[in-house]
Amino acid sequence: MTLLSDVFAQALNGLQYGMLLFLLSVGLTLIFGMLGIINLAHGAFFTLGAYAGLAAVAGTRSFWLALLLAPLAVAAVGALVERTCLRPLYARGAPAQVLLTFGLIYLFDDLVKWIWGAHVRSMSPPAAFADSVAIGTLRFPSYRLFVIGFGLALAVALWLVIERTRLGAVIRAGVYDAEMAAGLGVNIDRVFTAVFAFGAALAAVAGVVAVPIQAAYPGMGVEILVRTLIVVVIGGIGSLKGSLAGSLILGEAETFGKAWLPDTSMFVIYGVMALVLLVRPRGLFGRALR
Amino acid sequence: MDLTRRRFLAGGVAVAVGAVGARRARGQARPVKIGLVLPYSNVYAVLGESITEGMQLVFDREGWTVAGRKIELIREDDEVNPQVGLRKTKKLIESDHVDFLVGPVSSGVLAAIRDTVHQARQILLVANAGNDEMSRERCSRYIFRTSFSNWQPNSPMGSWVAAHVGKEAYLIAPKYSAGFDMMKAFKETFTAAGGRVVGEDYTPFPVNEDFAPFLTKIRQAAPKVVYAFYSGSQAVRFVKQYDEFGLKATARLCGAGFLTETDVLPAQGKSALGIVTGHFYSTLLDNPTNKRFVPEFREKFKKTPDGFAVQGYDTAQAILFALKATGGDTQDKDRVIEALRRAEFDSPRGRFRFDPRTQNVIQPFIYVREVKEVGGELANAVIDRVANVRDPGTGCTLPG
Repeated sequence: MTLLSDVFAQALNGLQYGMLLFLLSVGLTLIFGMLGIINLAHGAFFTLGAYAGLAAVAGTRSFWLALLLAPLAVAAVGALVERTCLRPLYARGAPAQVLLTFGLIYLFDDLVKWIWGAHVRSMSPPAAFADSVAIGTLRFPSYRLFVIGFGLALAVALWLVIERTRLGAVIRAGVYDAEMAAGLGVNIDRVFTAVFAFGAALAAVAGVVAVPIQAAYPGMGVEILVRTLIVVVIGGIGSLKGSLAGSLILGEAETFGKAWLPDTSMFVIYGVMALVLLVRPRGLFGRALR
Repeated sequence: MDLTRRRFLAGGVAVAVGAVGARRARGQARPVKIGLVLPYSNVYAVLGESITEGMQLVFDREGWTVAGRKIELIREDDEVNPQVGLRKTKKLIESDHVDFLVGPVSSGVLAAIRDTVHQARQILLVANAGNDEMSRERCSRYIFRTSFSNWQPNSPMGSWVAAHVGKEAYLIAPKYSAGFDMMKAFKETFTAAGGRVVGEDYTPFPVNEDFAPFLTKIRQAAPKVVYAFYSGSQAVRFVKQYDEFGLKATARLCGAGFLTETDVLPAQGKSALGIVTGHFYSTLLDNPTNKRFVPEFREKFKKTPDGFAVQGYDTAQAILFALKATGGDTQDKDRVIEALRRAEFDSPRGRFRFDPRTQNVIQPFIYVREVKEVGGELANAVIDRVANVRDPGTGCTLPG
């Protein structure tokens, strides 16, 4: 086995893991950028999405329908949370919001445990991606190739929406200066709810996509949340490009760290974060904070 | 206390008679408190649940009253976190004054709470955590173990795998004491039987979503056998991802029994077929106690019991044995400890006994099991067994 194919195989693993992190972090960064909220409950939306996906697969026997239905359901939950819990707290500043969303993690985790139990649940990949494909002498699960393609497609779609549509312009205006956008006649309340719900839906998409790879169990969202926060810090808050770049960097760093420096793989992750922050304190694509 | 005093005064009986009456009344009024420090969240949540259910089954059967005293369970979630486990342990000892402490699941938590338990002279029944050192240099006369030492299921597997599966193995386990213990025990007998370890990895714990980097390394090392220890959600991930990366076709997956226990088998599905593991139990065991235990457990909890449920069941049985032997007296700790040391009963795994040298359970058998489809359901079919497996107990100075 040559070094080259080894590097290639691990790079592919890192790319796939990075794409999963991207699906999860892009919603977080959008919400953070627009609403200024560190939404720790994002991890709970990820868990909720995974379980909603399992329920949808059980009901419809279709992974693809689940990939559509679960995010819709979680978006509704997200909208409800924004309207009822977060809205009254906008004036109270970050600590109150962090505490609230932190509490929501436990609330949703217990809810999941109460409805579905503590057992680990799994889902088969959709039939079209159930096999593994040969890459040189190695085999790579085709579902993981799908995750890479899906992540890239979603990145492009999001970029088009945000940069090229009127809706995107409104969102960008909101991220840049919410008060000014409101002054220009944008119903910023409604945009806030929509963005929050959309972010929750993205977390749910990540949840559904993740289940065939890593199975579902209560608390899965909390475990991955820390990495997602690191991605947002590396990439720069509120930046789509940053979230993609941060995810890929972290995905590769963690993968190569695990493979080549297994004793220090956790250090590698934080080391990369520290390095980025030293060179670019606001992250790779971050802007000055208001 | 108040109640007895009032009763004493109101009754106006003679002092001597009253004192006797009061003592008995107090003994009856105070329940036997059993403090559970177990994970009810995170990676090992299901294990904590199974252990608790196994205990409930025994106490339900006894109507939650033993030797005239009510049984009370106090549950605390250790979150698989040594600091949290220690805090909860202190709470159970210092505020709840529990008579018996039961738990934990994670070796890391046991290592953290051991000295506190020992110094408080608190009787602890370890219902899962298998740190070898607790049956060796860190053993304590206050600590009993109903589950296993990490050495027990793995040492017999080393020679068995070398003889029946292959002599080139890649070892993989989570990076914490249980992972190290289990791989060490396997390696000793595996290499002694002519086996060679071609690679070894210890993976992040407790958080590790993705085994892809390690599976890629295994693929490149091309071993005949992969010997693994994972449990709970990580066991599901490892077994599924092992299959997805096409490794089942090139290397036989073997491991410690937790890898394919009944708690994770349904989620692993067909990916688990053919995996060979060593464990002290299988749901399919053909003994009268197990034949009664399995349907009773299924009836009550609507699921198939696993080895963890057996650990809970045996923990409760050991407590029951001690309480009956002392007539419900838990004040005299030495008596309770003596009673526990003599505990012997039928368990779903066989005849249960503690090893007096270590106070760790003597496994009646370590079963070599292969995952097969039995009656339309995945199960661990027994293909071989090794009798009377007791931890070497090196360095433990309990009076044997």
